[in-house]
Formats: sequence, structure tokens, C-alpha cells
Amino acid sequence: MEPADALKLLNSGVPVSWYLTLSAILFAVGVAGFLFRRNIITVFMCIELMLNAVNLSFITFAHQHRQASGQLFAFFVMVVAAAEAAVGLAIILTVFRNRSTLNIDEINTLKN
Amino acid sequence: MQNLWLIPGLPFVGFLINGLFGRRLPKMVTNIVAVGSVVLSFLLVVMTGLNSDWGAQPIHVSYFTWIGIGPFHVGWDYMVDKLTMIMLMIVTGIGSLIHVYATGYMEHEEGYYRFFAYLNLFMFFMLDLVLAANYLLLFVGWEGVGLCSYLLIGFYFLKKSATNAGNKAFIVNRIGDFGFSLAMFLIVVNFGSLDFDKVFAAAPGKPVETLTAIALLMLLGAAGKSAQIPLYVWLPDAMEGPTPVSALIHAATMVTAGVYMCTRSAAIFTHAPIAMETVALIGLATAVFAATIGLVQNDIKKVFAYSTVSQLGYMFLGVGVGAFSAGIWHLMTHAFFKALLFLGAGSVIHACHGEQDMRHMGGLKKYAPITFWTLLIASLAIGGVPPFAGFWSKDAILVAAYHHAPWMFWLGAITAGMTAFYVFRALFMTFFGEYRGHGHPHESPVSMWGPLAVLAALSTVGGYFFNVPKILDSMFPLAEEPDNPMLLIVSIGAGVIGIAIAWYMYVVNTEVPNRIAESARGLYTLLYNKYFVDEIYDATVVHPIVEGSRAVLWRVVDQGVIDGAVNGVGYQSRGIGSVLRLVQSGNIRSYATWVVLGSVAVIVVMGVIGRSF
Amino acid sequence: MDIFFFLLFAFIAVIAAVNVVLQRHPISSALSLVGVMASLAVLYLLLGAEFIAMAQLIVYAGAIMVLFVFVIMLLNAGTEERSGRSWLSQVLGVPAIVALLGLLCFFAYKVFPNAGFVKFGDFTGGGAKEIGYALFTEYLLPFEVTSILILIAIVGAIVLARKELD
Repeated sequence: MEPADALKLLNSGVPVSWYLTLSAILFAVGVAGFLFRRNIITVFMCIELMLNAVNLSFITFAHQHRQASGQLFAFFVMVVAAAEAAVGLAIILTVFRNRSTLNIDEINTLKN
Repeated sequence: MQNLWLIPGLPFVGFLINGLFGRRLPKMVTNIVAVGSVVLSFLLVVMTGLNSDWGAQPIHVSYFTWIGIGPFHVGWDYMVDKLTMIMLMIVTGIGSLIHVYATGYMEHEEGYYRFFAYLNLFMFFMLDLVLAANYLLLFVGWEGVGLCSYLLIGFYFLKKSATNAGNKAFIVNRIGDFGFSLAMFLIVVNFGSLDFDKVFAAAPGKPVETLTAIALLMLLGAAGKSAQIPLYVWLPDAMEGPTPVSALIHAATMVTAGVYMCTRSAAIFTHAPIAMETVALIGLATAVFAATIGLVQNDIKKVFAYSTVSQLGYMFLGVGVGAFSAGIWHLMTHAFFKALLFLGAGSVIHACHGEQDMRHMGGLKKYAPITFWTLLIASLAIGGVPPFAGFWSKDAILVAAYHHAPWMFWLGAITAGMTAFYVFRALFMTFFGEYRGHGHPHESPVSMWGPLAVLAALSTVGGYFFNVPKILDSMFPLAEEPDNPMLLIVSIGAGVIGIAIAWYMYVVNTEVPNRIAESARGLYTLLYNKYFVDEIYDATVVHPIVEGSRAVLWRVVDQGVIDGAVNGVGYQSRGIGSVLRLVQSGNIRSYATWVVLGSVAVIVVMGVIGRSF
Repeated sequence: MDIFFFLLFAFIAVIAAVNVVLQRHPISSALSLVGVMASLAVLYLLLGAEFIAMAQLIVYAGAIMVLFVFVIMLLNAGTEERSGRSWLSQVLGVPAIVALLGLLCFFAYKVFPNAGFVKFGDFTGGGAKEIGYALFTEYLLPFEVTSILILIAIVGAIVLARKELD
């Protein structure tokens, strides 16, 4: 490849689909963690990971369409994630108080 | 006359008021509502009669369309012509009298308001039946009176025999109604309409076989309602009901519905000679048959019940030989004297504090004189003694029968003799001789003997003054028949001979009945047990059906098939549920796995729809 | 230069994310998550979303993750034991995730082949002024509603987490 072409390649920017792929990978990792980890708090953190991945998608699309609405969406996602984290951790605290375990498999009273 | 609807409407309102609120109303209010509604109906009938020249100018009112499917149209139509006027006067007039009587008779009974509610409901249906201008509306009244008959027969519902009798009446009636329904279907198919005027106008043009089939099916319906062979078995059992019910429903009005229906359908019957002949034969056979049973019964109400069956047979005989107006004449006079007989019997039963067996009565002449004189008049009327009412109508029927087939006349005359015999037997056993009972008999209150007196007056002069064949001359032209004095003598003579024999056997020499019963023991047992007809029916019809239903329909169909299917669905649901339940493992991670799988599926579907693949 | 920065921080993000999943102790997972969020903040800067990037750092990495760390400390969560009680997630989990990832990437390339390039400085509408303007005009209703949501979350958290009154 010619150095001029390589430089042009370097300066042309990152394709949008790369960002989307990154978002997909982060999301998949989050799902994997959610399915395979046993500690409740770790599971919760994987949920936050998934939310972040989605945020990345939103910002990417905001850039692609040159509009701020995508970023506002991401903003609201963050707000909701914060509220959810607060309440969710409070629930985890209560569950821990009642069950004395942080193993997600032990919380199965809705069985059958 | 737009307020024809009030005539059945007032009793219906009475039924609603007494039925819904009667429990809380004082007896006086119930009385006023019940009796008043019927009396007002009667006055309305009289007014209608005056307005329409007693039916000479027919009135036809259509209220609303009940069924309108394409060309088939049935409306709620009322019609008044001469025949209707006669029936209306009978129903409302005698109905009023019996309502008044019932206020006295039912004084100390439980369920007072319920009785009058049912009675008013019956009046509503009967009036609807009579006023109807098409077969379907007639059928509404037909079924309705059957229902009220069931309710009233089983009025003393705590008695097993009463509820059984009510069931029997309703079920046997149903068989007749089945025939009537089939007749109506045939009419719809062949005539395209159920309106009387349309059907009767088109009847002459239809093939004889069709008309015969329709007429025979109608006869089946009439046989059920009017207690002819083979469907008469419910009427004697219907005596379980209170006596005013027996008087109103099973003497004067409901049982005459069959005769009315056949007369109304005269256009169909006259063009189906085989059916007419069948009507006459069944009527005559029933008349003879029931009279023989009535000869030996000991319950006063049963005697009159079989008498009713027998007299209805006379009416059918009249209709069957073509003397429609004679049949209606007998219907009218029979309403007078039979209602009087039943009400009088009620008065006697009331006097004897509930005793109904005539062997425990006797000598009541001095305790209940008014009842005695009125019942004497009724007995003379039914015996066919001139100038009382029954003579005129019965003679008209017998004369017509003679001109149709002389043997019918002779059988009818013999039956007339038997009729006179058993009625006077009842009279003598009840009022003459020594009192054989255990209580203190007394006369009835005025609310009870008042109607008796009115009916006695009607039974005396009613036959002569209300010459029905002359009234109905425009509908059923009088046949010009030569006067035959022999017939007159035979019919009167048969009645007198019957009375004489009864006098001899029950007043002069009271040992004779027992001696005859001893010497003809077999015949006596046969008659006393009403030819074992009920037992035969039970063995041949009732028992097989019940057993068959139990074995097949209940065990196999109901329990096996239907319950099996329904329970099977339940078991299947449970089975599938217990399998699907395994998804709810309570384990959050498995739920999450399902969510992920689901989202993969959704993405695939979206991709397929968006044609990205 | 964009590609270089993108690849660097994307790499860091992925490694940290995998670390979140693979670490034994929750506190290590929490710290890795902070790393993910920081690198994502840089990527947001590359995408021209300055306000969101700062909000990410302050809110997510600064508040939410601190909350997580506090809870881990409070519950004294230790390392996990091995106990595989859910056969379903073991068996079906891997294919599901692979399928999910595959589908998403497939769509990313199928639907957006020529979606353009991300160059630093191409989009300047992500500043505080533009975000604030949109927030208070076009998105005012969601803004107010989320404020109520936060109120509810506060109340809920207090109610859930307080000691039983005996």
C-alpha cells in the first residue's frame, strides 16, 4: 500500500460499523456474565455493562445522523440505570438479610 | 278495539303483583287484585261484545311482529269473532266466579298469594289462547296453561302424590304438544303461514293426505290437552290440586282448549274425512270408557274427573260428526254444570273438613242445604233432563251422531244413561241417608255458595237462552234435519232410567250395590282400578324408558362420553401444565437464558420480515 | 489517529469487560467495570459527545460504581464457590450468546455497510449548551418524569434498606 493511501486511511476516521460491533461484543460479554456468574452483585454489574454497551450504540447513531437526540437517549438511560442501581442494591441488601446468601441459585422460592 | 290486549293483560298484571309482592300484602289486597283483575277482564269482554255486536263484526288487531324471516311472518295478533266471544265469556265469566269461590275455599291454606298468582297467570294464558289469531300464539297459550296446570296441581308441593300428579299432567300433555308442534310444522311447510285466515282460506285447495296428516296430529295435541284416549290418564290424578283448580282448569277452561282448537280448525278437519271420523270414534270411545270407570269410584272428585273425560268425549263426538256448534254448545253448558259440580264438591269437602271419600259422607242434605240444591240442579243438567242446560247440547250432539251413524247414537244414549247414574249415585251417597263420617259438617260461607247459586242459575236456563248453533250459524251452517221424536225420547229416557236406578240402589235399597259388586267381582275390580291403564302404561312405556335412560343415556352417554370428555380436557390440561411447569424452575439464570433465546428468535423474525436474509 | 485511539480504548474496554466476567472476587469485577466505563468515556469523546462523556465519568464511574463497592464491602461478599445448579444456562447459554453476537454483527454489516465514518470533530452538537437546550425544550417531559423516577428510587431504597422496626 502506498504511504499516501495509508495516511488517507488513517485520517478517514473509524467506520460506524466498528463501533456497532464493539457495542455488540460488550453486550454479549454482559449477557455471558449474567448467565454464568453466581454472585448477585456480579450479575448486577453485568447488567450495567449491557446498559453501557447500549449507550455506546446510541451515541454512535447520534454521531451518524448528526443529531443530539441519541445522546439525550443515552443520558436518560444513564439516569434510569442510576435509579435502578440504587433500588436494585437495596433489594439485594434485603435479600441478603433474609437469606444470608449471595448465591443466585439459592433464591428460588418461585419454583414451580 | 285497541285495548283487546287488556283482556289477558289485566290478569297478567294481577299475577305479577301477587307473585312478586303477595307475600307482604294482606289477604284483602291479594283478593282484590286477583279477583278484580279477572272481573275487570270480564267487563272488558262484555264491552268488546257490545262494541262488535257479539262478534258479528270481527275484530282483528296486530300488535307487533314476533317472527319475521323472509316470507314467513308471525305477529302477535288478536282476533275476536263469534266463536271467540263465546269462549271469552265462558273463560272470564266462570273464571270470575271461581276466583270469588276460591277466596273462601283457600282461606286457611298456606301459600294463599301463590295460589292466586298462579290462577291469574293461568287466566292470562287461557285468554291468550282464545284470542290468538294464529297457531303459534295459540300454542303459547296452550303451553302456558299446561305450565299453570302443573303448578296448580302440584300446589300442595309437600305431598308426593301431588307433585307426581303435576309431573304426570305436564309430561302427558307434552306428548300431545309434540303432535301439535308437528302439525304446525306441516302447516308452515304447506301453507307458508300460521295465520288462521290465510290457512283456512287455502285449506280447500290442499291435497287430502296433507290435511289428514295435519288434522290427525292436531287431534293428538287435543287428546293430550282435553284428556281423550290415549292421553287422558293425567286428568284423574290432577284432582290432587285444590278444588277450585279442578273446577276452573280441569272442567271449564283448559281441557276445553282441545275442542276449541279443533273447532277453530274446522276448515282443515272438514276437508279430511278420515280425521273427522277418527275424532268422532275417539270421542265416543272415551265417553263410554270413562263413564264405565266413573260408575264405581268412591272419591267424589274422581267421579267428577272421569265425568269430565267422558263429557269431553261427547264434545269430540260432536266435532267429529260435523256438528261443530253442538260441540261448542256442550262445551259451554258443560262449563256451567261441571264447574258447579266441582265447586259443590269442594263445598262438600269443606263441610266435611277435608273428607273426600263418599263412603264417609251421607245425610248432608240437612247440614248443607244450599250446596245440596245447587248440586241437584247440576246433576239434572248433566243427566240431560230438560229444560236444564245439559239436555239441549247433549241432544244436539246425539241427533247429529244419529244422522252420521246410528250406532253412535245408541252408544251415546247408553253413555248418557251411565252419566246420569253415576252423578246421581254421587248425589245420593253424599246427601241422603245417615251421616257416616266423623266430623261436624256445616254449610259453606257466602263467598263459596254465592258462585254456586249463579252457576246453578246458568245451568238451569243457560242451555235454552244461549242457543249456540243459532249464534254460530254464520260460521257453521245449521243442517236441515227432520225432527225425529224418537231420538228425543230415547235420550231423555236414558237419563231418567239412570236416575231411577241410582235412586233404587242408593236410597231405597242400599244393599244392592254391594251385592252386585260381590257377584261381578272381576268386572268390578277391573272398573275400580280404571282398567289398569296406568299400570299398563307404566310397564310398557314408562319403565322401559326410565331403565333405558338409566342404562344407556346416563351411564354411557352422560358419565362416559360427556363427563369423560370434559374431565379428559381437565386431565389433559393438568398433564400439559405439569410438563410446562418445569419451565418455572425458580432459577433466575434459566429465566435469563430463555430471555436471550427469545431475543435471538425475535431478531431472526425481524430479519426475515425485513428481508435482510 | 482516530483509528489508533479507537482500537486502543476498544481493546481496553473488551479486556476489562471480559475481566468483569472472569474474576472470582466481586471487588475485582467492580474495578474492571470502572475501567470499562472510563474507556467508554474516551470513546464518547471521540464520537463528539463531550457532555455525555463527562456525565458517564461522574455519574457512572464516580457514583454508581462507588455504590457497588460500598455494597460489596457492606455485605462482605467473598469469593464464589463452584456449584452448577442450572443446567439450562450451561448447556444453552453458550450457543445462545454466540448466536446473539453473530446476529448482531451480521446486522451491523448488512444494514449499515455505508454508514459513514466517525471522525473526531465531525459532530459538534454534543456540548453542554446543545444538550441543555434540547433537554429543556424538546425533552422536557421525559426530564421531569425521570426526576420523579429518581425520587421514587430514593424513597424505595430507603424503605427497602432500613432496619426492621421491632
